[in-house]
Amino acid sequence: MTTEYTEAWAPDQPIIDIRGLHKSFGTFEVLKGIDLSVHQGEVICIIGPSGSGKSTLIRTINGLTPINKGQIFIEGQLITGPKFDRLALRRRVGMVFQQYNLFPHRTVLDNVMMAPRLVLKEPKAEVRDRARALLAKVRLADKENHYPGELSGGQQQRVAIARSLCMRPDMMLFDEVTAALDPETVKEVLTTIKDLASEGMTCVLVTHEMGFAREIADRVVFTDGGRIVESGPPAQIFGDPQDARTKQFLSQVL
Amino acid sequence: MLEFTAPLFLALQQTTGLNFSPFFDEYDLGRLMTGVQTSLLLILCVLAVSLVVGLLGAAAQRSRFWVLRFLVATYIAVFRNTPPVVQLLFFYFGLGAFTPQVDMGGWYEPMISSFGWAVIALGIFGGSYNVEIFRAGIEAVPKATSEATEALAFSPMQTFVHVTMPLALRFSLPALASNLISLAKTTSIAYVIAVPEMTYALSGVWNDRLNVGEMMTLLFVYYIAVVAIISVIMGQLEKRLSVPGLGK
Repeated sequence: MTTEYTEAWAPDQPIIDIRGLHKSFGTFEVLKGIDLSVHQGEVICIIGPSGSGKSTLIRTINGLTPINKGQIFIEGQLITGPKFDRLALRRRVGMVFQQYNLFPHRTVLDNVMMAPRLVLKEPKAEVRDRARALLAKVRLADKENHYPGELSGGQQQRVAIARSLCMRPDMMLFDEVTAALDPETVKEVLTTIKDLASEGMTCVLVTHEMGFAREIADRVVFTDGGRIVESGPPAQIFGDPQDARTKQFLSQVL
Repeated sequence: MLEFTAPLFLALQQTTGLNFSPFFDEYDLGRLMTGVQTSLLLILCVLAVSLVVGLLGAAAQRSRFWVLRFLVATYIAVFRNTPPVVQLLFFYFGLGAFTPQVDMGGWYEPMISSFGWAVIALGIFGGSYNVEIFRAGIEAVPKATSEATEALAFSPMQTFVHVTMPLALRFSLPALASNLISLAKTTSIAYVIAVPEMTYALSGVWNDRLNVGEMMTLLFVYYIAVVAIISVIMGQLEKRLSVPGLGK
């Protein structure tokens, strides 16, 4: 359990490798020993009841939530050690949140350009071209001069995805990104994620959209009570769940 | 200027008895102009000091060092809970007594003039409110916004400069405007330490001429005009910084 990668990471090794992860908030243990590895290009959907630790789990992957015990390796690098450079990690791991969290005082184009300009110090023209291409990709090319407050929830969420992608991350984390959206705009966001997944982006999603998970996931992970109860291909999890808790949960949400 | 106003205001005095002496008497006009100049300069300096103090205080409040946070909390408690006149007198007579005198070539003057003390005392007084106003603005910025910057690998400084501060400033503006207006009006109490601002200058006139009502009216009009100017400037600033879909 205490091994550290010393050799260079190769793409056939897990891009995300979580080992024996424990996390408590005060006396409440949210994650009670999680082991999960994700390979490059994989799409993982984490499902489970509220309070099962899904969001906490995904937030540990880019260091937003510090952990108590265990190890997390990203591309072979131990990120949970004390000396690890979190900023360097976050350049490689993109994250999109439930509440979009756009910068309301900047235009859509600025929102997308800010991080590469400030953090990566890339030239303006280059970043602008990339930002415009990404906005076109999320079908918002005509909104680049609008402010976030002028957009619908679904549009804002797509800007948030473009903003994250403009940092050219190696993997993307989606934390219940459609939970705050109107039903009619959920689809446009899911389509964007689906496009991304089909291009080979490694994606970890926490989601309540079971139909979507079934459609795009390579692997579905069911969590309950801070543990991974069951994981496997969507056909197996949704079609033939093995654990009683999985069966119970799916019978309630499907 | 007197050539144009004197006939009118002299006629006014002869017909109605209303004595607006600064508009027909050269000496009184001089006193009025000194009053206006001093008052405007005082307001400008006091507002500037209060803004700097407010920003520094708000930054210090977020410091990791408890000593600094404690000092800011004490400062706010002291200066918000005592009357500005008392503060002004304390600075001028209390601290002023200990400041060195400067040789002006034959005579001595205190290193800090009464004008200087008014700027310091009122700037610090107004600053104590501005600290709280800026703090409220910073706290109004959703935590989730800085979570997004964290996920995008912004440094804490980049987050503060490019996201937290621009948003906090917008949230603070309405409260800031009313505090600055209030502070501009409070500068009239510099009268008690003989700063030759508007109130002091006109009190000199009415002591000589006994035209108290007329000079009071002039004072009223003057402060209304000053407040109107500040309101317009702050309103324009708010307009320029306004963003579609934010805070409406």
